[in-house]
Amino acid sequence: MTIFEKSSSGRRAYTLPDQGIPDQSLGIEDYLLRKEKANLPEVSELDLVRHYTELEAKNHSVDKGFYPLGSCTMKYNPKLNEDMAALFRYLHPYQPEETIQGALRLMYELKELLMEITGTDDMTLVPSAGAHGELTGMLIIRAYHLDRGDTKRDKVIVPDSAHGTNPASAAMAGYKVLELKSSEEGLVDLKELEKHLDETVAAIMLTNPNTLGYFERDILKIAEMAHEAGALLYYDGANLNAVMGKARPGDMGFDVVHLNLHKTFSTPHGMGGPGSGPIGVKEHLKDFLPVPVVRKDGERYYLDYDVPKTIGMMRAFYGNFGVLVKAYTYILTMGKDGLTKASELAVLNANYLKALLRGVYPVAYDPDGKRPCMHEFVADGSKLLKETGIKTLDVAKRLLDYGFHAPTVYFPLIVPEALMIEPTETESKETLDAFADAMKEIVKEARENPELLKGAPRNTPVRRLDEATASRKPIVRWTPEN
Amino acid sequence: MKRYPYLPHTEQDIKEMLETIGVSSIEDLFVDVPKTISPEELKIPESRDEFTVKKILMGLARENKTLDEMRVFLGAGIYYRFIPSVVQHLASKPGFVTAYTPYQAEVSQGTLQALFEYQTMICELTGMEVTNASMYDGASALAEAMLMAVRISKKPKVILSKAVHPEYIRTVETYVKPQGIDVEFVDFDEKTGRTDYEALKKMISEDVGGVAIQQPNFFGVVEDLKAAREAIPEKVPFVVAADPIALALLEPPGSFGADIVVGEGQALGNFPALGGPGFGFFSTRMKHIRTMPGRLIGETKDVDGKTGYVMILQTREQHIRRSKATSNICSNHAHSAVMAAIYMSALGKEGIVEVAKRSANAAHYLAAALKGKGFDLTFSGPFLFEFVFNAGQDYEKKWHDMAEKGILGPLPLERLMPEMKGKALAATTELTTKEDIEALLEAIA
Repeated sequence: MTIFEKSSSGRRAYTLPDQGIPDQSLGIEDYLLRKEKANLPEVSELDLVRHYTELEAKNHSVDKGFYPLGSCTMKYNPKLNEDMAALFRYLHPYQPEETIQGALRLMYELKELLMEITGTDDMTLVPSAGAHGELTGMLIIRAYHLDRGDTKRDKVIVPDSAHGTNPASAAMAGYKVLELKSSEEGLVDLKELEKHLDETVAAIMLTNPNTLGYFERDILKIAEMAHEAGALLYYDGANLNAVMGKARPGDMGFDVVHLNLHKTFSTPHGMGGPGSGPIGVKEHLKDFLPVPVVRKDGERYYLDYDVPKTIGMMRAFYGNFGVLVKAYTYILTMGKDGLTKASELAVLNANYLKALLRGVYPVAYDPDGKRPCMHEFVADGSKLLKETGIKTLDVAKRLLDYGFHAPTVYFPLIVPEALMIEPTETESKETLDAFADAMKEIVKEARENPELLKGAPRNTPVRRLDEATASRKPIVRWTPEN
Repeated sequence: MKRYPYLPHTEQDIKEMLETIGVSSIEDLFVDVPKTISPEELKIPESRDEFTVKKILMGLARENKTLDEMRVFLGAGIYYRFIPSVVQHLASKPGFVTAYTPYQAEVSQGTLQALFEYQTMICELTGMEVTNASMYDGASALAEAMLMAVRISKKPKVILSKAVHPEYIRTVETYVKPQGIDVEFVDFDEKTGRTDYEALKKMISEDVGGVAIQQPNFFGVVEDLKAAREAIPEKVPFVVAADPIALALLEPPGSFGADIVVGEGQALGNFPALGGPGFGFFSTRMKHIRTMPGRLIGETKDVDGKTGYVMILQTREQHIRRSKATSNICSNHAHSAVMAAIYMSALGKEGIVEVAKRSANAAHYLAAALKGKGFDLTFSGPFLFEFVFNAGQDYEKKWHDMAEKGILGPLPLERLMPEMKGKALAATTELTTKEDIEALLEAIA
């Protein structure tokens, strides 16, 4: 039942202080004033608590159970982070700088730490999400080329395994997108790359490790080729969780690096956001960063709006500061030893789970099952489909019945019936064992009792939903009639 | 072996796992990775215990003056409003905080229903037919709205009012120019502070594909949306960036024929948090639903006929449409939007009006008092809870002095608009008291 149906005129769940100010006449033209009040629900405080408690119970979450969504890094979100963010809630962005020195110092120090982790020379903390960072990065690249009078570069190369945000961000920055076919190993095909690299290419966007969970082992060569052709190399940081303390994107030759603080640095995903997508750049791109950039002058921390060739502003104010506090807390807690360990165990967990599924589920681009993956791997469900008629979607839905969240499905697009599995380092061996057992059981069910899977899930708050009708005849708000 | 609370592996676990994999060390799994750095070289401190980290963060927090210990007259897009404890408690539930995007709808009904209800509430405030599940903030939402206006009109130029928040204007420029879209500006009337609708009418040409104004505008002045719409031809999309609390009192932009209504949602139960995260709301008409950016939640039925909610029209989005998507947005500000829905539910139909009216009462009381002290209002146009006054050429210094004394005075406008030197933007909310106002008057005199 919606909260609107629980509403009863006259109820409320708030009180306000006495201001000691008499009622004022506002002098606004009558036709500009509301005739009919906005129909917000009216509930008591307990009604409100019960409603949202009931809704919360219908969600799967990291706190509730395993959430192996590939490319999403659903690691544990430490409680300490939340408590620390609460210390910084009541700050106004336009307060005089001398009254927010602690906040600015935190941002500055976070920036320094992230630059060290990524091997970059300067950074903006403004972008609010990964895709927002991607757009920022592509605009920086665009400004860089134009500033050099290099106006011919009108396209960006993106592998066919890339996240959808990559081509979408490149297009938003005004570029044409060229999708690069992956090699037989699921990596950047150097010959293909060479064919397309010319003076019209502005940048190559890469995720490394890539979305198949493999490290682009030719990365140093790719960087050399890109730079020789005058193109820049962009790092999609979605998978940084595999290589912290091991290799730095800046050292691999990337010019622009984005981070997802809500993935790698443990800030929660919050049902889809808010996240934070800082962008680190090499020296030659510093002057193009969006404003403001947090800087330090002696003992004073300040916001620098005087960036000579800035691309402008990506949003109002300074970014998702509340998220930054959580990431900073996490980095202080883990330290360089803990961050390195986190990456090692993330990779160990993925390889262990992959090994447990050996002989049960083929893994993409790994015919003999021996190829090490990084922090995630992509299982290929096409054999199961052929043999049993069971789709990856059915497997995913059946996993829900077992109390697990499904992996990312049908991505990357180059793997048929894909299941992209990222366990993260915060999951125990026991959890991985249980998940593998469920997967094995499901494959068995697919052969013996396929109807069980086609009718899944059964143990969830609702069962399979009619998405087609929902999109064809959209009902996008509550009304008393629907 | 050093222990980390977030890492569960025992030495025995690691040994067994390596055996299962068939390698002798974790390093063997990193064969493809060039060793560009060893962890020892990283200039990052070693791990710390929880208590020590807490002390460090508390130390940093003490180097700030928080709004709770100040008398606050700062607004300009972020507002110090009352957030009932129940709102924070419900929003903090781990089932909301630690869930992902609702890709598996069957185990995400809490998220989906909460966002569906959020969409409904924002439609009620904006007077529009459909609202997405949130954008990053007000400024980026306006930028996306201008891109959408151009997608609808297929014309290469947009017009913004100069009375739109300067940071919003800058964000729009950053977003639209690389796509070959020109931005032109219509002045505001220096007397009223309203957008000059006559001038706007004259600027309209064949190639104008969208017009945006803010309600109330950056100066706090209530725009005449009727006059604005009349100045814009019907086929040119009309975009309004609105304050959601103001919409409790003002006739919604939807009633005046707005095509897209966006805004910053922080005022709806989200913390000021140095400007983020709040969220951007984004509403439009059903006829434009397929050109809008961002996630959308729709109602449907499951196989048993039970009502449920799903993400709809995903073919507009980047994960399906890639370079042809309506936007690159993926992560949004869903949690902030749900927090706003909880807040709006706590307030209800009457409460949000009360919050808006009390905020406006304080502003009008303050404006009269400032006039009494010789500080005239800069504009004659009507206002709700924000207004500009002539604070004097030396105001910026005074502003810093006041902060020292615990008063976050009205914003010196020259910080954002150099041509407005000596003018200040005052904001009040339902938390502004008579004592706050008296303290400001004494300090500013």
